[in-house]
Amino acid sequence: MATHTVEPVIDRWGGGACPFAAGWRKVMMWAFIVTDGLLFAGFLASYGYARLMAERWPPQQEVFSISYLAVMTFVLISSSATMASAVVAAGASDRRATTRFVLLTILGGVAFLGMQAYEWAHLIGEGATLTHNPWGDPSFGSYFFLLTGFHGSHVLTGLIVLCVTAWHSAGGRSSANGVEIAGLYWHFVDLVWVFIFTLFYLV
Amino acid sequence: MSHSDSFIRKYIFSTDHKIIGIQYILTGLAMALVGGTLAGLIRLQLGWPGLQWPLLGKLMPVGMPSGVMTPEFYMALVTMHGTIMVFFFMSFVLVSGFGNYVVPLQIGARDMAFPLLNMLSYWIGLLGAIVILLSFFVQGGAAAAGWTAYPPLSAVASAMPGSALGQTLWLLAMALFIASFTMSGLNIVATVLSLRAPGMSMMRMPLTVWSYFISAIMGLLAFPPLTAAAIMLLFDRHFDTSFFLPSGLIVAGKLLPNHGGSPLLWQHLFWFLGHPEVYVLILPALGIALDMLPVFSRKPVFGYRLSVYCLMIVAVLSMIVWGHHMFVSGMSPFSGEYFSISTMLITVPMTIIGVNMLGSLWGARITLATPMLFALGIIALFGVGGFGGLFLGNATADMQLHDTYFVVGHFHLMIGGVTLLGTFAGIYYWFPKMFGRQMSEALGKAHFWLTFLPFFTVFFMQHFVGLQGAPRRYYAFTTYEYLNRTHGQNVVISLVAFLLMAGQLVFALNFIWSLVAGRASERNPWHATTLEWETSSPPPHGNFVEIPTVHRWAYEYSVAGEALDYTPQTVPARQVAVTA
Ligand code: HEM
Ligand SMILES: [Cu+2]
Repeated sequence: MATHTVEPVIDRWGGGACPFAAGWRKVMMWAFIVTDGLLFAGFLASYGYARLMAERWPPQQEVFSISYLAVMTFVLISSSATMASAVVAAGASDRRATTRFVLLTILGGVAFLGMQAYEWAHLIGEGATLTHNPWGDPSFGSYFFLLTGFHGSHVLTGLIVLCVTAWHSAGGRSSANGVEIAGLYWHFVDLVWVFIFTLFYLV
Repeated sequence: MSHSDSFIRKYIFSTDHKIIGIQYILTGLAMALVGGTLAGLIRLQLGWPGLQWPLLGKLMPVGMPSGVMTPEFYMALVTMHGTIMVFFFMSFVLVSGFGNYVVPLQIGARDMAFPLLNMLSYWIGLLGAIVILLSFFVQGGAAAAGWTAYPPLSAVASAMPGSALGQTLWLLAMALFIASFTMSGLNIVATVLSLRAPGMSMMRMPLTVWSYFISAIMGLLAFPPLTAAAIMLLFDRHFDTSFFLPSGLIVAGKLLPNHGGSPLLWQHLFWFLGHPEVYVLILPALGIALDMLPVFSRKPVFGYRLSVYCLMIVAVLSMIVWGHHMFVSGMSPFSGEYFSISTMLITVPMTIIGVNMLGSLWGARITLATPMLFALGIIALFGVGGFGGLFLGNATADMQLHDTYFVVGHFHLMIGGVTLLGTFAGIYYWFPKMFGRQMSEALGKAHFWLTFLPFFTVFFMQHFVGLQGAPRRYYAFTTYEYLNRTHGQNVVISLVAFLLMAGQLVFALNFIWSLVAGRASERNPWHATTLEWETSSPPPHGNFVEIPTVHRWAYEYSVAGEALDYTPQTVPARQVAVTA
């Protein structure tokens, strides 16, 4: 029988090491995500405030094509799935699969942004601006462009991060850790969209 | 760890947390000079409204034509004084400055988690400071809508001169500041969580580190909603949206086209930040005081765990009390009741922290060194300021007191006084660490009395001016008959305020003189237990020759049976049983 050495119980919080697996980078990314999330919380809370005050809030199902939005949302969520696969592949040190999945994620992100741009163009064509819209309370337009615009800018940032990740991964310079952290941000961006989709388009 | 870096890499574009900390401190002190000058001008106006100051008129022909201050300039002064002091002095020196310098040293780390981000944070912060200074010189002058930047003054460019370009630059400076402060906060959180030396468990961290850690978390939670609000305000200003502007607003005789927004939304978002922000500033001061008391009373801190828990509770509660700044905004009585109760709740952990400070003094041999004097001063100001807070937190009383000098007195004791004394305590205490020299004790003590007594007098008196109904931000008490009887008090306050400012010359003298000619300091001049004193002064790049191992908490003073009356955190536990 093999000798069994008793592992001393290590206090993860006892100092000398990061209490979380992936080190300070991940800690920092989590903290950043919380902060950035609260930025959207600020926007969404303001939107809620304005909507409660509004005399006539436009009926969303007449302004938007909900099925179109469902497709958009589906595309973005799928990109989260491919990102998760990329993280798994990176964990298994499968460089080619990692690159492939990151590229797929980028594709999803670009498709989402394209659809978003089309939606903007469509609504602007119907007369929506930051200050006016043909359907009701003017703050509807303000908050629409504010929320989707800021979310879009985050998707764009995420895409840049992913492009760098893909580039590194293709060149063999990526770490599982780096891919995971990029993935965290991407999931966060997707999660924010779920909130915006629910609170602005559906409710 | 010793690189032969060029001067520029070593002292200017340095990634060393100690250099960055000192950069923050020096920048912040320079900004304090500006903020203090503004305060001097404010007091000049309030003490002697209408009097001509020909020399000042020459210096500032727009703000003080023919030597008499214009009301618009007065508003800009108040606004910029508050903004500069809160964000570019206190946040810089106390939070980012000492946070950077002290935290990695006290947890036994070689640097911050992400040194490059740290450097970036300083330079972006500096840019913010430059922008806010430049805003004095643009068309219309600096922002004038108060440090709280309430719309419509801050949203409508034609509302007053400072609402034009000055307000835009104010927003830009705030954006830069927030970016910088966020980076700094991310670094502190990641560093404290991940880079503690072996044996430095969370519950062995000095209370200073705890306070910085919690204050950084609060900053990260509180600033983003303000960022959101600032972005929306920019949209209102430049893209004609109406986030904060209601229908039917008439400014300068003209009906604005805006529709459907609410200035109250800004107030909610601002105070959701604003209230936690005041704790972001005061917690480090409290942490520093809590840690200084044991050093100079040679006994363990009283109620360590309780203090840690109270800091956490304060952090949580501070997120849900913001409405107490808006009691008169027409909120429903039920909301008012809720915000009153939650505000009263927060005084409980605050009081416990104060009582713990007193407990640390109980039965102690107290050495009245300069840092200790400042720490004791903190207890006094904290107590009195908190007492004023009790009145303000009652919606019923606040209806009367809101926007009077009572509030001005209250918050200056707290966000002005406690933090100012904390800053000085920190400077006197860590100066030997930073520069290897000791500051003059005699000058230091003179400086303490010249700071504490005038400061207390000025702001204690302002409470009573407020009780007589004097509103804040009023250009002159001569406008209303009933305010005339505050004339004498205002003159006294102004004179004492000038004494306070003059007292700071003693500090400047001491600081500069000690820097060049101060007595060389021994390695551990205060006989303290924390890790920063285990390395040379100033510490080398990388802080420690070898990362220390921590064996005990930071408060082993006068332990029976030990040869010295302090046991550094690095001393291993003794195996021999000690009989007392
Ligand atoms: C003991 C607990 C405290 C209570 C109950 C309290 C309560 C209040 C209340 C109710 C107000 C609003 C007054 C009004 O505008 O009518 C207020 C204002 C203020 N307090 Fe406190 N406070 C406390 C501690 C502090 C601390 C520790 C700080 C700072 C470090 C602080 C800084 C401020 C500031 C800056 C303002 C005024 C902001 C402005 O209107 O410009 N307070 N406080
Ligand atoms: Cu408050």
